[in-house]
Amino acid sequence: MSVRSVLRVRFPALALAALAMTSLASPAFADAKSDARSQVEFGINVAQRGLWREAIYRWEKAVELDPTYAAAFNNLAVAYEHEGQLAKARKAYEKALEIDPNNTQIRQNYELFREINDRTSAAKDPS
Amino acid sequence: MTARAPRKTRHSLAAAAFSAACAALMIACGTSYYEIPIETPIQPKMDVTPFQRVLVAGFVAGGSEDVDANQETVRLLRSQLRTKSQLRVIDADLLPLMDVAAEQGGQGPAVDDRPASDNGGVRTPQAQGVALPKQIKEEKDLEPYERVFANTAYWKRIGEEFQNPLIVTGTVLFTPHSRSGYVQRDVEEYDSFGRRRVMPVRTYMERKGFILRPKFIFIDGRTGATMYSESYREEILYNSQQNTPALSSYFELMDRLVPNFLSALSSQKIKGTRVLLK
Repeated sequence: MSVRSVLRVRFPALALAALAMTSLASPAFADAKSDARSQVEFGINVAQRGLWREAIYRWEKAVELDPTYAAAFNNLAVAYEHEGQLAKARKAYEKALEIDPNNTQIRQNYELFREINDRTSAAKDPS
Repeated sequence: MTARAPRKTRHSLAAAAFSAACAALMIACGTSYYEIPIETPIQPKMDVTPFQRVLVAGFVAGGSEDVDANQETVRLLRSQLRTKSQLRVIDADLLPLMDVAAEQGGQGPAVDDRPASDNGGVRTPQAQGVALPKQIKEEKDLEPYERVFANTAYWKRIGEEFQNPLIVTGTVLFTPHSRSGYVQRDVEEYDSFGRRRVMPVRTYMERKGFILRPKFIFIDGRTGATMYSESYREEILYNSQQNTPALSSYFELMDRLVPNFLSALSSQKIKGTRVLLK
């Protein structure tokens, strides 16, 4: 019995996993990841020069190219925050944390964001 | 218009810890983290575009006798509005709101002349004939005075007098406060090798301070109607041996609230730092 038939008959899950890994390792996916990384780097560069709209454009492209790129979502959230688009910022932070829940930088950013957002949403006195 | 976030100490400590953590990570992992300053714009809670001028009319105030909370609040808000809003601040004498409330009280239902059905079926204390306390010591003493803010005819008349400005008024209660209990504090220790350690220690402490409870009410000077109101509560406690003047406590507490007050009527930018990731 060939390896392929063993996979097909006995280990369909393994076969699926192997297929997924093959596709992830494919040149097209690697290109998308690399392009996303370039967009993120370019975005950082322009954000440091104060060109936040351009940065947003780059980071939006990056998350389109690689929807699993937590850093890109984090940067996008920061940029939305800077532009006052707080609902979009929250969504992007939450997506970043969903992808990378243990990232302390993203969590810190999100907590600072929430502090501002909570402050502005309602009067403080509970009584 | 740029406002600093309140609770400066906590913020600066958090920011310092945050920066230190980022720096350590940058050293450890190369430059894949970029700290960047941002300014988050906050939209005003009210539309004040129909107004060119603002009148901080005065407050019904009480609590500590060491601070004239009415006068100090008016002075502080006017100076903040002058520098941090687009509206022109009207310099006028404070309205004697407590006297106004007392006078209106004498007219009975004229103070709150809406039928009970307009008020969710609830008659205000004045309409029920509740007397106004002469001295305001606690929150319940303020309640009977609150109906003065609902008197649209009175505020419309004030609005006409000052050419239809946005009117800022409300109540301020600034009261002394004390609390005893266990408090955790950090104690510095040196071991036999001279190494410094900071240990958290729980100690029983008697503390005293103040509570500030302002309610800001924004009234449309053209109609006399309330546009928006918001209430806050801030407190500060010191070691009972520490002798802090009431006025400096008042300013410390107001300092925490002023950005919130300003954000009701003008857009603010809150400065902060975030980390961009590669």
